[in-house]
Amino acid sequence: MLTVAVFLPIVGAAVLALIPRSREEMIKAAALLITAATTIVGISLLFGFDYSDAGRLQYSANHGWIDVINSRYHIGIDGISLPLLILSMVITLLCVIYSWDHFPEPHNPKAFLILMLVLETGMNGTFAAQDLILFFVFFELVLLPMYFMIGVWGGPNRQYAAIKFFLYTLFGSALMILSFLALYFKGGQTFDIPLLIAQGGTIAHGTQLLIFGGLFMGFAIKVPMFPFHTWLPDAHTEAPTVGSVILAAVLLKLGCYGFIRIAIPILPDAAKSWAPWIGLLAVIGIIYGALGCLAQRDMKRLIAFSSVAHMGFVMLGIATLTSFGINAAVFGMVAHGLITGMLFFIAGSIQERFHTRELARLGGLLLQAPRLGWILGFCAFASLGLPGLAGFWGEFPAILSAYQPAAGLSQLTFRVYMAVAAIGTVFAAGYLLWMLQRVAFGTIKTEFENAHIHDVHIPEYLAWTPLLLGILLFGIFPHLIFHMTDQAVGLVTSSVGAVSSAAGR
Amino acid sequence: MYLNQFLLLAAVIFCIGVYGVLARKNAVLVLMSIELMLNAVNINLIAFGAFRDNVIGQVFALFVITIAAAEVGVGLAIVLLIFRNRADIDLDHMDLMKG
Amino acid sequence: MLHNAWLIPLIPAVSFFLILFFGKRMPKKGCEIGIAALGLAFVLAVVAAAQWIGKAEPREAVHAHHTWFNMGGIDFGFGIHVDGLTVMMLVVVTFISLMVHIYSTGYMHGDRRFTYFFAALSLFTSAMLMLVVADNTLQLMIGWELVGLCSFMLIGHWWEEGVNSGAAIKAFITTRTGDVGLMLGIITLFFAAGRNFDIEHLNHEALTGAIGHGTLLVGACLLFLGVMGKSAQFPLHVWLPDAMAGPTPVSALIHAATMVVAGVYLVARLYGVFFTGFSIQAGGVNFVAIIGAITVLIAAALAFVQDDVKKVLAYSTVSQLGYMIMALGVGAWSAGVFHLFTHAFFKALLFLGSGSLIHSVHSNNMSEMGGLRKKMPTTFWTFIVGSVALAGIFPLAGFWSKDEILLGASKNGYPLMLVVGILGAFMTAAYMTRACYLIFAGEYRGHGHPHESPPSMAWPLRILAVPAALAGLLNAPGIGLFHKWVDFEVPGVPPFLHEHSFNVPLAGASLAVAVLGIGVAAGYYFRNAFPLGLSERVPILKTGERILVHKYYLDDLFLAIVRGIQYPIAKAAYWFNQHVLDGVINGVGKGAQASAQLVYEVIDQRVIDGVVNGAGMSAEEGGSILRHVQSGRVQQYAAVLFGAAAVFAIGLVFLT
Repeated sequence: MLTVAVFLPIVGAAVLALIPRSREEMIKAAALLITAATTIVGISLLFGFDYSDAGRLQYSANHGWIDVINSRYHIGIDGISLPLLILSMVITLLCVIYSWDHFPEPHNPKAFLILMLVLETGMNGTFAAQDLILFFVFFELVLLPMYFMIGVWGGPNRQYAAIKFFLYTLFGSALMILSFLALYFKGGQTFDIPLLIAQGGTIAHGTQLLIFGGLFMGFAIKVPMFPFHTWLPDAHTEAPTVGSVILAAVLLKLGCYGFIRIAIPILPDAAKSWAPWIGLLAVIGIIYGALGCLAQRDMKRLIAFSSVAHMGFVMLGIATLTSFGINAAVFGMVAHGLITGMLFFIAGSIQERFHTRELARLGGLLLQAPRLGWILGFCAFASLGLPGLAGFWGEFPAILSAYQPAAGLSQLTFRVYMAVAAIGTVFAAGYLLWMLQRVAFGTIKTEFENAHIHDVHIPEYLAWTPLLLGILLFGIFPHLIFHMTDQAVGLVTSSVGAVSSAAGR
Repeated sequence: MYLNQFLLLAAVIFCIGVYGVLARKNAVLVLMSIELMLNAVNINLIAFGAFRDNVIGQVFALFVITIAAAEVGVGLAIVLLIFRNRADIDLDHMDLMKG
Repeated sequence: MLHNAWLIPLIPAVSFFLILFFGKRMPKKGCEIGIAALGLAFVLAVVAAAQWIGKAEPREAVHAHHTWFNMGGIDFGFGIHVDGLTVMMLVVVTFISLMVHIYSTGYMHGDRRFTYFFAALSLFTSAMLMLVVADNTLQLMIGWELVGLCSFMLIGHWWEEGVNSGAAIKAFITTRTGDVGLMLGIITLFFAAGRNFDIEHLNHEALTGAIGHGTLLVGACLLFLGVMGKSAQFPLHVWLPDAMAGPTPVSALIHAATMVVAGVYLVARLYGVFFTGFSIQAGGVNFVAIIGAITVLIAAALAFVQDDVKKVLAYSTVSQLGYMIMALGVGAWSAGVFHLFTHAFFKALLFLGSGSLIHSVHSNNMSEMGGLRKKMPTTFWTFIVGSVALAGIFPLAGFWSKDEILLGASKNGYPLMLVVGILGAFMTAAYMTRACYLIFAGEYRGHGHPHESPPSMAWPLRILAVPAALAGLLNAPGIGLFHKWVDFEVPGVPPFLHEHSFNVPLAGASLAVAVLGIGVAAGYYFRNAFPLGLSERVPILKTGERILVHKYYLDDLFLAIVRGIQYPIAKAAYWFNQHVLDGVINGVGKGAQASAQLVYEVIDQRVIDGVVNGAGMSAEEGGSILRHVQSGRVQQYAAVLFGAAAVFAIGLVFLT
């Protein structure tokens, strides 16, 4: 079942490749069908999932794969992977719907959709993989389609952005695979994640630190954490709308997921030593991202910088190594996926209508396209962490958790982080409202007075409604996500707790 | 039986071939030089085969002759095409692969 | 109804969605849904109040708690906590909101976003009610933030003009700055109380000393930061006058029943934390009381130099909020809450009255009003009732509540606050007299023909005038019902707040001061401002002036005071407000932007990106050197090939 969910998109990509390029409608329909089918599989996974035992790996499959290095085809999902897996499926489906008539230049929907489907396999696979090599393969599989998406369908400076994105991530991956190999040799000649979690604590502390460092580079670049974030604004600014959405909504989560799934449970000891530094970079990211936003003139770039700030909250939650923190992190990932994904959709639609994203040139959106303006306002408030909307439950528990980090971490340090992060929420309100004021409020600029600006149309509605509903629903009923993650997170933090009690003895 | 004379002969022919490949400007002469080198190798193969009382050397030599024929065919065809296009087969002027 | 109090916030919330989605299709554009919902909520609130009053003493708070979600082994719940304070707030909020709704049908008539306005009003009310019934701090914070959102939507209602949206953003950001404190305070107390958000539990732990004093002090300070933002306490009050950019009914709602009183409510609700945290028992001086006291004076002084009628009222609200906070700060819990109760009525009345004025004059400026007494009789009379109530004249509402605050300050050992309170009463009376004079006396100075407002606006004024006049009697000596209905009790903790009986000399003094304020101001305007005959004066001014002339003829002295001291002080305070505080806020904004620019351009774009680009560049440089090797000459390649083969061959020979 899970295998189907992972590989259906790539099979679909192969099918798509067989359809002649001229039959566009058929290609689109086929892509829609495949992503919808994948999502349906995902939803059936959701219903078949045993929530009373969300910490256990479910739907797992475990077959021999590369026997020489004892790497196995081992997949399975628990409460942490499940929401992210579903997020990835839904976002891809919505992207296909959105791009129905929004294909960026150079048109070519066939290639675009094939790339998107390959991308989906990569993302789904990463969330499902329980073997380091398998994880690595999927993790890297994501890179190429995204590279081409930016490099071919991107904005004027696309080549630079694409190369930067590719090299940055590849650099991280190189260190990551080194760490994987080290884990293989130090952790009992296996790449199996559950086995490694059981044995990881036995690795000598110094070695753990080094291995964690390698993993940290790999994941932190993907997150991205300050100061490894500079690929992000460029990639986002240049990528086509759909690319930005997938990048923000799913790709950034791969890094955080790596921390929660691999780095922390396997190397709890090293995680403790690294946590204050991760926390430091996280809060720097929060403030720095916000300052970056305030200096922007381009709407998309502003949203990209806001991602840096939001990911700071997620990483702060992870760095506390507490149940609150990591639950908040997973929630924050999903919420950020929905909200920032939505914001990028809107930025794309605004660019399509006004042919500019420059804040100084925009204005009075609420007069010309009131619904679009409303949706922008809704998302801006969701993004600044208004309670009752999804963003809040990623932010508040993360700040809450920093008051009392896991045993063995300095309370004082983390309380300072907590205060800084809380101040970051004010900045968030500042830049988002500032953007809202520039774009949505005010009167129509003379430049666009006579421009024909149409309001939200059908494909946009179809693509956006689920996201908007999700933002509202998860805001009001946060247990929809917390009841999936809580147990699984409990297992992660218990591995950390085991170390502290061992150290105590 | 002395192996040395054969090897010496082959070496001399091979060196002539190498000189021809490196120094001559005419593409046809370069091709001929390559033939020389291949034949030097053939002499070696047959000499070793006779010396070890083994047919494998001769078999390989036959293979080489066959391949050489094909190679000359393709090579001459390329030279002919180049000549048709540029009316010139001086190798010094052929730098289309310059990076 | 007490057990089902959750219905009261739910009704306006449902109405919000109904108006949003169906409002435009309704015959009256959605306002009928809002009015019906608020009417229902008000009735339910009154029923709840009646049930509360009907309960046998001692009344015990009603609880209902449900689990919302579990995380990390902690039950995050939502629930209701209904006691006297809650019931009082429910009645006040629903009543004021209902009045505002009815009033808005006239005031906002023909507005482009009429439907949207009513939707926002409903949500605003709902958020405030949710805050009020909350039984835990998390839920309280959610309501608190939603109130902030709605204030943003409503202050910026006419967002076409940058000033309005700017004011909305300023309000949101300023209060959110305070909310950082609120959030951190809630978190601190959550852990201090053993991972529990429950408010009653918190109060209990704080009062029984289960939480260390240091932690409690930190928590209370942080919470108070949130209160300062929301309740516009010095120095975070700067947003409130700007918030006048919104439509006037919104100002009434913000100032009377929602938003700004949320902060006061929070202090009253978590009084155990504040009482112990700031050692209010000790007397003398404490943080809460001093902030309240500063606010009282600063804001009252500012009210003197405003021309915009709404700004006069706005500063007056700030000053009155200062009273409430000061009351809570001196340990006079019920006095503070009672003042909140009475203030809600007369301030709503005053704002709606000013809206009526603006509606007919088409200007906010008092310099363009004048002589409106005859032209707008209903507005005039109700406005005067509100002003007199605000000034604290016997027997209207403000007198009783203000008097209780002064009483509390004097009996609980806060002499400084007593002085401030009396001074504030004087100033309040004086600036309200000035405002009334400028608006109603003299001759009309504006354009057009002002006329009385339509019934939909006049009736709420008439209705509100009744509680504005009479609400104070609830706590009058001999009646004293409010004390019994609304008090602060935590189960398991012996009562610790002292009730003081009515004190005639003190009440007399406060009344005298208020009358003096009216008289002095009236005298000032009589002598200088506008050379008009006495007969054209407002009767009450005439009375005040006669008292002044015949009994305390201090006119010249007061002129000197007003001109020589008060005016410059007020000016200076306003200057300080506009330049220093606003300057700091603007400066912080500018500074943040400038530093953001710097960080972005220098560090981000040059240093960090530079390193990355540098790596790419060096690879490219290396490539351009190496490309010379690839000459394209086959023979050259072959030469290298043979050379290399030879080298390897030689190596092989030597090595083996």
